[in-house]
Amino acid sequence: MIAYLAKRLGIATVTLVLASLVVFAVLEIVPGDPARLMLGMNASEAQVEQLRDQMGLNAPLIERYLHWVSGLLSLDFGRSYTYSVPVIDLVLERVVVSLPLALIALALSTAIAIPVGLYSASRRGAAGDAVAMGAAQLGVAVPNFWFALMLVYLFAVWLRWVPAGGFPGWSAGVWPALKSLLLPAIALALPQAAILARVTRSALIEVLNEDYIRTARAKGMPYRAVLWRHALRNALIPVVTIMGLQFAFLLAGTIIIENVFYLPGLGRLVFQAITQRDLIVVESVVMLLVATVIAVNLLVDFTYAIVDPRLRGRS
Amino acid sequence: MSLLEVENLSLSIDETPILKSVELSVAPGEVIGLVGESGSGKSMTALTVMRLLPHLSRTSGRVTFDGIDILAATEDQMCALRGDDIGMVFQEPMTALNPVKTIGEQVAEGIRWHTRAGRAEAEERARRILDRVGLPEAKFPLSRYPHELSGGQRQRVVIAIACALKPKLLIADEPTTALDVVLQAQVLDLLRDLVAENHMGLLLISHDLAVVTEMADRITILRHGQVMEAGDTARVLSEQVHPYTRQLTQASMHVPERRPNAAAHHASSTGADKQGALLQVEKLTRLYPGRRLSLLRRGEPTRAVDDVSFSMMPGQSVALVGRSGCGKSTLARMVLALDKPSSGSIHFRGEDLTGKSEADLKPARRNMQVVFQDPYGSFDPRQKVERLVAEPLHVLDKVPTRRERREMVAHALHEVGLAEPDMDKYPHEFSGGQRQRLSIARAIITRPKLVVADEPVSALDVSIRAQILDLFAELNGKLGVAYLFITHDLTVARAITDEVMVMHEGRIVERGKTGEVLDHPQSEAAQALVAAAPDLHRAIARRMQEQG
Repeated sequence: MIAYLAKRLGIATVTLVLASLVVFAVLEIVPGDPARLMLGMNASEAQVEQLRDQMGLNAPLIERYLHWVSGLLSLDFGRSYTYSVPVIDLVLERVVVSLPLALIALALSTAIAIPVGLYSASRRGAAGDAVAMGAAQLGVAVPNFWFALMLVYLFAVWLRWVPAGGFPGWSAGVWPALKSLLLPAIALALPQAAILARVTRSALIEVLNEDYIRTARAKGMPYRAVLWRHALRNALIPVVTIMGLQFAFLLAGTIIIENVFYLPGLGRLVFQAITQRDLIVVESVVMLLVATVIAVNLLVDFTYAIVDPRLRGRS
Repeated sequence: MSLLEVENLSLSIDETPILKSVELSVAPGEVIGLVGESGSGKSMTALTVMRLLPHLSRTSGRVTFDGIDILAATEDQMCALRGDDIGMVFQEPMTALNPVKTIGEQVAEGIRWHTRAGRAEAEERARRILDRVGLPEAKFPLSRYPHELSGGQRQRVVIAIACALKPKLLIADEPTTALDVVLQAQVLDLLRDLVAENHMGLLLISHDLAVVTEMADRITILRHGQVMEAGDTARVLSEQVHPYTRQLTQASMHVPERRPNAAAHHASSTGADKQGALLQVEKLTRLYPGRRLSLLRRGEPTRAVDDVSFSMMPGQSVALVGRSGCGKSTLARMVLALDKPSSGSIHFRGEDLTGKSEADLKPARRNMQVVFQDPYGSFDPRQKVERLVAEPLHVLDKVPTRRERREMVAHALHEVGLAEPDMDKYPHEFSGGQRQRLSIARAIITRPKLVVADEPVSALDVSIRAQILDLFAELNGKLGVAYLFITHDLTVARAITDEVMVMHEGRIVERGKTGEVLDHPQSEAAQALVAAAPDLHRAIARRMQEQG
């Protein structure tokens, strides 16, 4: 068990280092001089050069990389070029919006997908299965911002249950804050749920053909009990794997959704930073997202070990 | 008064008739053998009694268990019967248990479900039945997972699940087919004892006539979903009234006629004349790294093959027998240069194979080929026979042209009793026996000097098995090809080999002329194998005595 976890942790660390190299390299190549952008078009060459020195942009590549990485490790992400505040402050301010959004979406999609998958697998080929999988097909095909627009129209414009966009801040109270996150979370969750439901269904169908399902049935347990007690846990491995992979898409999805709903989240921050060539913010947020995805996949690996005793080795 | 009564049972699945007017009965304490070849409907009969048939199944006739009309019972009634009054044991112990639940949970589950007992009480009872089937607490606590057990141990767990609530009827569908002979004998003994203890009825399904004869009071022979013959085991098998019964018994005891092979004749078992040996293995050892004890420490390595030396002459047919896990297959893989020995040497036609690069091995590969056990798994289903059989040709020095290739494939197919047009077919168009012929065609296409056959007939029905054994014998005489036959089935060894080597825990413990070793085994391991091997002659003789 320990060897397995240590190996996973090692792989995650290596991935993180590689990712930091890629992120750093890509932003080096991207055209656009932040110093020039900050000073405007009218600044003289000497002024720009001075600012570049000041910002450390003229230092050698390796030095800048190491400086950046050591900064990341000590949570000193540097100062934003455009906002002129520490990046960490910007990030913290936005994380409290984006993180709950992603988590609610993840929870929602799981809560929808698993029951639908179970239902479909247990009624394979029946009308209910066809309807559920047809809906899932639709969910996979339709982009989340379209869902977002439809949801806004239905619940915000027509029914007026929730606000159409914006975020009052957690200081306004938990319920108003949650209410404004609800529609974006649903819009994010639906396509995820559709994919996850299909994966759950096919994983379950495969497991239901296994010999041990027949053994369980021969014990006298009804089909439904066998489905819950024996099939589901064995089917979880592919489901959890896809959940881990989907989490990255979920984060990418927040960029669009936060723009649609005008939420001051990380997605919108990174979007603005890119258009303004605020490289230091882009680097930091992207690294943060990468680290999150790697952490989630590490969590997935740990879940494997919990679900499947064969990975644990002898205890 | 019968416990189980099957009358005029017919079954069709998706409009395909599977069973036709099957009649069967089992009385309490009685063992009924249901025998037939694959596809004869044995398992479907069992699943009908359990009402665990696949979708789209339609049944007619009558199945009565203990006064209950099974075919008309509700699903709730069936759930109450399954696992309580009727237990079932399946063929494949490796996959019959849920890999993510402990054996304790899996045995206790049925007990809790039926008796509404609390967790502690159910575990207590699970413990008792596991002790009873030979899995004592000291070595097999309830917290063990299936992957920590061997095949034989897992089958004991499956039997414990089936017998936990002392069912009136136990259905065992090929319970020992996946086990080696020694384990088979142990499991059969266990089943026999459980039947006697609990006065259970046992419906034993098997393709192995010898096993059924040893176990069953009465026997029912099934073919194409129809009962061919039924009655007292001794009478049915000694009189052999029905032609199919005769065919089945003869095929089970079939020994192919072998042309004496000149090369094999002067081969000596002592290995004294090592000159001209086809294969010479010396002090061969293969270690597998031990289980990791901590991050830095590993346990003692496993000696899968331990200091093995032997030689084979050209044209000689040698059996390598032993229990599962004794190292037979590891040894064979090293001979085929598919695995690297930890130490020792292998000389093939005078040439050292150890430590050679893949390119340098090409000439040797041309002269050694392999036939595997599973005729279904050893072919890519998306390729045509021509390509599949021609596969080994890439080891030839000169790559044959397309026409030459077709000719060679046609010739090889002809030699194994298949026809030229077969080369444009796909594997799924062939039966199991025909597929094994294809594997043999693939093995002989390069005219090898040595064919290693890993359990080549154990997945085949008896009548097909007899034909394939004939084919092996014929090719041995005709092509002078030497065989290394890996098998746990002594009947096969007796039928087709000149010499036998008995392997036990990585070592070769006995070697000699096949007949001598099997009739008068010297080593303990060989004696255990011989004693456990089911023998139809012996079994029928014993039945005759018992049943008069």
